[in-house]
Amino acid sequence: MTSEPVYGLMAEFDNPTDLVQAAKGAFDAGYRKMDAYTPYPLEEAAEAIGSHHNRVPLITLIGAMLGMIGGYSLQYWVSVVNYPINVGGKPFHSWPAFIPVTFECAVLGASLAAVFGMLALNGLPQPYHPVFNTPGFVRASRDHFFLCIESQDPKYRQDETRRFLEKFRPLQVSEVPY
Amino acid sequence: MVQFNDPDKLPPKGVRPPVIGPGHDMGTATDRIAGIVLSKHTPLFWFAIVFLAINIVGMLNTAIAWLFMRGTGIWGINIPVGWGFAIVNFVWWIGIGHAGTLISAILLLFKQSWRTSINRFAEAMTIFAVMQAGLFPLIHTGRPWLAAYWLFPLPLTMGVWPQFRSPLIWDVFAVSTYFTVSFLFWGIGLIPDFANLRDSAKSLVVRRIYGMLAMGWRGSARHWNRYETAYLLLAGLATPLVLSVHSVVSLDFAVSVVPGWHTTFFPPYFVAGAIFSGFAMVLILAIPFRSLYNMQDFITLRHLQNCGKLMLATGSIVAYAYVLEMFIGWYSQDKYELAMVHNRLHGPYSLYYYCLVFCNIISPQSLWFNKVRSTPWMLFLLSCIVQFGMWLERFVIVVMSLQRDYLPSAWGMYWFTKWDVMTLVGTMGLFTLLFFLFIRFMPAISIFEIRALLPQSKVKES
Repeated sequence: MTSEPVYGLMAEFDNPTDLVQAAKGAFDAGYRKMDAYTPYPLEEAAEAIGSHHNRVPLITLIGAMLGMIGGYSLQYWVSVVNYPINVGGKPFHSWPAFIPVTFECAVLGASLAAVFGMLALNGLPQPYHPVFNTPGFVRASRDHFFLCIESQDPKYRQDETRRFLEKFRPLQVSEVPY
Repeated sequence: MVQFNDPDKLPPKGVRPPVIGPGHDMGTATDRIAGIVLSKHTPLFWFAIVFLAINIVGMLNTAIAWLFMRGTGIWGINIPVGWGFAIVNFVWWIGIGHAGTLISAILLLFKQSWRTSINRFAEAMTIFAVMQAGLFPLIHTGRPWLAAYWLFPLPLTMGVWPQFRSPLIWDVFAVSTYFTVSFLFWGIGLIPDFANLRDSAKSLVVRRIYGMLAMGWRGSARHWNRYETAYLLLAGLATPLVLSVHSVVSLDFAVSVVPGWHTTFFPPYFVAGAIFSGFAMVLILAIPFRSLYNMQDFITLRHLQNCGKLMLATGSIVAYAYVLEMFIGWYSQDKYELAMVHNRLHGPYSLYYYCLVFCNIISPQSLWFNKVRSTPWMLFLLSCIVQFGMWLERFVIVVMSLQRDYLPSAWGMYWFTKWDVMTLVGTMGLFTLLFFLFIRFMPAISIFEIRALLPQSKVKES
């Protein structure tokens, strides 16, 4: 056993069923600080490690509201306050004509918020992350499935956790150095 | 499972072609698609096409440079036809872009998983088509530096602001939002595939470049969870957006009082036409792409058939709109509307109108036959005809209404010049150039979504 601190223990699987089983097992055993790494979105894996809800919808809603209010106020201020022009006898505050731009601004705000909110919550861009030190981790973006129990977890014990992960018959269990 | 050896051979009656060719697992699917990008060998036809496209872009640059030097007098526009090729091309290109968002957003919400193989390059097609479209509003005055404050609400010392009651300004917001949202949609779809390219690249430089583009994506389940939420939300936002964009474009016409333009059914008519021409463009790109790069396993006959069916459906809506256009003209009993109908059928541009009827109403009827929907070259030919017809449609709408509106003394003809044609053909070259650069440097098929479609990707219930 090494005395160097490690990021965690990584188990490698070649199919999603084994991964989900191991993730469920680890969650039931009380591990919380862990993550699964899959080559495509696997809903069951997120469920198994206890990741159900996220704040992307809320951020998107806020973005939509800001876009909507911003778009409408821009038109109101320009057409009523700063540069009022009589066009065909229409009122300065001709709100039906302001709806299309308000709608487009709301969609724009919501979309920007959804994408950049998602990236921010995920902590991306991230130039360095210890999981990339795992041997064979390049296959996480191809066809292999990984489960990492992190050393920050209160239940984490180097030997015990390794024995625990090996119960799920992974291809290999490796230490992830920082 | 039925085995197919020839990818373009139709399966027996009653069996639909598969969405992914048989015998693929996650590794082989990844290697095939990423192989186009990571391969050191660039095929000869790629150089040939890019060389040709660059030359055409040179022609575009010449035409635009001459325009900026001499002004719009080099074009065929004059009174009474002050809107010519620039707006025709704008509407045509922006319409082509619509199918990309339809495939990536609307079909996603309807859980049409076959869309997966074609959504990436359809999104790229959207972005490149909107770029061509955006070029025309910028240059159409011949004074692009003025566009800044005509189009955008900029706080300048002149204190002049855009007119927010005008559909032309709605258009600026609709098109620029559409471009941004399409770009975001395409961009977040690419992140996991860039991560795959980073991990499979052999050369250090290539790995670094794709590594930066992937932004450190590691496929974490928590990340995927947020990613999928954001992706679905974007799809939900893009769906009303795409319908709004061509509706707003149609309002540029419908809000005016020109005979033939002033109708309430323009928005749905334009949206259907946009999707019609967009699917034609998807087929024009997909059919050569799948045979040049041997991608018949991923873009199968099923995709071509489904695109054909969607073309038939949207084409029928367009045909209905043409009939309705004539009907409304007659039903209104307004003498100017009646004159417009007469001008379409018997005026100096009636040949254009009959060509349009042939291209957009008669020729798509061949799609009722499964044989046509399943034969790539027939679909390709038909798509080209439809694309030409959709360009004619915009020409007919723009020019035929303007040339004869109210006072016969103000009637006139519109003759386009070689500079008009050079600009139009030039944008096609720029589109082709961008598209082939995209195919070479980015995965043209969404790899991670293909993985999720494979049977091996499902979790087995214990």
